Amino acid sequence: MPVIPAPFSYHRPKSLAEATALLAEHNDEARVLAGGQSLIPMMKFRLAAPEHLVDVGNISELKGIQRTGNTLIVGAMTTQHELQQSQMLSEAAPILKETSLLIADPQVRYMGTIGGNVANGDPGNDMPAVMLCLDAAYRLTSVTGTRTIKARDFYEGTYATALKTGEILTAIEIPVPPAGHGHAYEKLKRKIGDYATAAAGVVLTTRGGRITTCAIAISNLADKAILATDAAAAVIGTALEKPTLDKAIAAARSIMSPATDTRGTTEYRTSVGGIMVERALKCALARAKG
Amino acid sequence: MNIAVPTREQREAKLEGMGCKRKRVEDIRFTQGKGNYVDDVKLPGMLFGDFVRSQYAHARIKKIDASAALKVPGVLAVLTAEELKGVNLAWMPTLAGDVQMVLADGKVLFQSQEIAFVVAEDRYAAADGVEAVEVEYEDLPVLVDAFKALAPDAPLLREDIKDKMIGAHGPRKHHNHIFEWSMGDKDLTDAAFATAEVTTKDVISYHRTHPSPLETCQCVASFDKIKGELTVWGTFQAPHVIRTVASLLSKIPEHKIHIIAPDIGGGFGNKVGAYPGYICAIVASIVTGKPVKWVEDRIENLTATSFARDYHMTTEIAATKDGKVTALRVHVLADHGAFDACADPSKWPAGFFNICTGSYDFPVAHLVVDGIYTNKAPGGVAYRCSFRVTEAAYCIERAMDIMAQKLGMDAAEFRLKNFVRREQFPYHSALGWEYDSGDYHTAMNKAMEAIGYQQLRAEQAAKRAAFQRGETRDLRGIGISFFTEIVGAGPSRNCDILGVAMFDSCEIRVHPTGAAIARMGTKSQGQGHETTYAQIIATEIGIPADDIMVEEGNTDTAPYGLGTYGSRSTPVAGAAIAMASRKIKAKAQMIAAYMLEVHEDDLEWDIDGFRVKGLPEKYKGMKEIAWAAYNSPPPGLEPGLEAVSYYDPPNMTYPFGAYFCVMDIDVDTGVYKIRRFYALDDCGTRINPMIIEGQVHGGLTEAFAIAMGQEIRYDEIGNVVGGSFMDFFIPTAVETPKWETDYTVTPSPHHPIGAKGVGESPNVGGVPCFSNAVNDAFSFLGSRHIQMPHDHWRIWEVAKGLGLHG
Repeated sequence: MPVIPAPFSYHRPKSLAEATALLAEHNDEARVLAGGQSLIPMMKFRLAAPEHLVDVGNISELKGIQRTGNTLIVGAMTTQHELQQSQMLSEAAPILKETSLLIADPQVRYMGTIGGNVANGDPGNDMPAVMLCLDAAYRLTSVTGTRTIKARDFYEGTYATALKTGEILTAIEIPVPPAGHGHAYEKLKRKIGDYATAAAGVVLTTRGGRITTCAIAISNLADKAILATDAAAAVIGTALEKPTLDKAIAAARSIMSPATDTRGTTEYRTSVGGIMVERALKCALARAKG
Repeated sequence: MNIAVPTREQREAKLEGMGCKRKRVEDIRFTQGKGNYVDDVKLPGMLFGDFVRSQYAHARIKKIDASAALKVPGVLAVLTAEELKGVNLAWMPTLAGDVQMVLADGKVLFQSQEIAFVVAEDRYAAADGVEAVEVEYEDLPVLVDAFKALAPDAPLLREDIKDKMIGAHGPRKHHNHIFEWSMGDKDLTDAAFATAEVTTKDVISYHRTHPSPLETCQCVASFDKIKGELTVWGTFQAPHVIRTVASLLSKIPEHKIHIIAPDIGGGFGNKVGAYPGYICAIVASIVTGKPVKWVEDRIENLTATSFARDYHMTTEIAATKDGKVTALRVHVLADHGAFDACADPSKWPAGFFNICTGSYDFPVAHLVVDGIYTNKAPGGVAYRCSFRVTEAAYCIERAMDIMAQKLGMDAAEFRLKNFVRREQFPYHSALGWEYDSGDYHTAMNKAMEAIGYQQLRAEQAAKRAAFQRGETRDLRGIGISFFTEIVGAGPSRNCDILGVAMFDSCEIRVHPTGAAIARMGTKSQGQGHETTYAQIIATEIGIPADDIMVEEGNTDTAPYGLGTYGSRSTPVAGAAIAMASRKIKAKAQMIAAYMLEVHEDDLEWDIDGFRVKGLPEKYKGMKEIAWAAYNSPPPGLEPGLEAVSYYDPPNMTYPFGAYFCVMDIDVDTGVYKIRRFYALDDCGTRINPMIIEGQVHGGLTEAFAIAMGQEIRYDEIGNVVGGSFMDFFIPTAVETPKWETDYTVTPSPHHPIGAKGVGESPNVGGVPCFSNAVNDAFSFLGSRHIQMPHDHWRIWEVAKGLGLHG
């Protein structure tokens, strides 16, 4: 049985322009290779068989983490490991590092990139939910130019996103959350290296111990990462008293539709999905200063 | 100059003999990436083979079209059953007396079954060739539920034997029936149950899982047409058996077959059997005249070569009201998959499952095992256990807990009350075994004291009360297991594989300078034989272990032996090593007597040489004796210093142990935490305590995996669910609990050095211990038996079933 990819041509452009030109040339037959932690296994199983693989690992424009005013700009080819090492990111938006450390294992995090994680459209990936919480935006570049799209408008379904043929996700723009915000990412998994059985991210702010703003997003509990807007609305203005919490959990569970798989039944995963939301809310509230 | 004379302690330490925590000599190469595994074998002109496998669990093969594959650049040949029929190898015999398709002959019987073998110049071309082979199927009704296999209208799986109503182990009572095997006294057992004060009856299932060694199964076959010789490098736990079977099948004379098992990356029973990949690589090499390599990938390993367990055990215990067991009755439905390819000694279709009376003094017992066919992969290997012993230990250890619960007795107290007592050894069990030695009460009491058993129960009671008051969502479970293993097959009067008696062997050659090479019929797959075997020799003949090279795995040089599995290496080959050493020592004594000019009866052994009794200064060390053995032997004595021993053990050995697990379970998520795990093992004489500890750690980790989630599951149409490492639970260092190890020493009375096996004890004892902890956590809420595996969602289901989610 093959665990060897079908034949393909390999390209390693040195510039973004060269990369977008290659994508324009080969259209649907080309795939962008970032860290390769999802695409290469899919190719080995021949679930993906691109004829042209455009490795963007040698393009310096796609690397680096900067802060411009109140926006963090993270180059798409930043690896999970590099992201974890950035003191600036850890201070400004600590949920990024916290979540990154829950992804797979160290070997994967040395190779896997933030751009690949958010662009692939895998509902099992953890970073899309975090980007929804942070209201991040993605820069997409093709031969015709660059556009920016909100993460909240990007995800359409399993492996389906707003990324068009010929486009490369080049950077992520993250608004710096207010100082003193609370955050948490709670992930239930079977073991190190596994995707989430259920996971939830929360970013919130408080005043006088009451929640003033809140974003909740869930991972691997639907065909894409989704924002739990009703659940978030339910907790605003409260200090997470029991009835409020129950209402938020119920609202969050109502939008979950995980498949029954080897991690558990739909019923189980929805149930623990609610618990992840509960734990993330409580943890974020406890961390918030204000 | 004052030369210090080494003390006795220094001389003993220098030997690094038995009892020494000698570092593993193998690890020098393994930790530097310098091992030599099968996939490291690269020969000029070597070709690669890869399988087309069935997508269906049960289907007729209408057509196999290889024409497109043969057009793929680099593809040289595609073998199917039709080609293999030409050399009479479309089917092969199994170790269990059945036959198995090498390549699908007319139909497929399990998902992933081998259909065609594509031979190509490299792996890439072979993979492209596999992709290009077109197979046309007609699907047939699928049988995956063992409990439906013997229904009158169950699908007919094995058309080849549908009229053969006598199988390798007696009559078959249904077209999906393989054998019925029974032991013990039915009438006495039935009578005991009829008059019993208390009885329990539960279906205790041990799910299908897989040994999943780090290195998958693989081989390189090279047939030399000029010499008519076949050389096969392969992942073989039993190289000599492979040679004999290969000779019988291929008709190549046995002396022209060379089987080489190089370094092996774990076996755990997976590498005992013969697989279609080996046969196809050999045939392909004969056909092409070139060496052919076959390397299985992970999914193939998990889904096609050798599952383990899949036993459904209806278990009944009879006892008195005050907690004395009076009878055991077990019926097993044994799911063997599509072919009976169990790797058991041939006369034992259910292995040594009749050890299921465990550590307890059952006056009577009766056991019936029904083997059945289903549309699942064949195998039934002993995954880090002696043959079906871990199933037996799980069966009895769960059932004892259930009975204790019914009696309202503490599970430890119930065990202590029913243990075989020290003075009863050698003990004859109701199901036919003679336990060699044991001291169960001492081991159990030591373990209970070490873990603080009474304190743990008090903490558990407090936690349960807090749970019921709504103060915590955690439940505490305390798991106990007291297992008795049976290892070291075996006495050849009752143990053979296809007629090959299960002795083992050792050959030792002491060189003139006092260094030595020793070769055995076993084969390490990570057990550390190169280290421990040398330690036995070091103690026996006084040569430092560092001066002894241990070599296994080449059938041209090693003496004939039956290989390594079922914890048989130390009980059988270890004994052969001691006996060969003693032959050398006897000759050395004659030489020393001649050198010292005394009668040999006047000499006594002293650590590393011989000394004249009463004249301690008159001494000859083994180094000097070895030189003399070659260069100035006593008149009339042959030169040289070497010996061979073939050891046929008089009995098996019966290691035992007391394990305790403390586990907390979050009822809302099903997530568990192992708070403590304590393992006391008694394996008799301890050759290398560090290696024993490593063996226990590894076995416990596997036991943890199996009990808590490791499973090969099939859906209703026979698709393997979770047949990759994405789902198949291999714990990492993060999940693995901290192990506390301990021991007692009760030597085997019949083994030359008193040693028993140990490598498999932790798997055998560990699985019931974890499962008992989960069961114990919920027992006070009214649950009785919770089936494995205990992964998060299934634990949650239990909590839900008990109404714990509000």
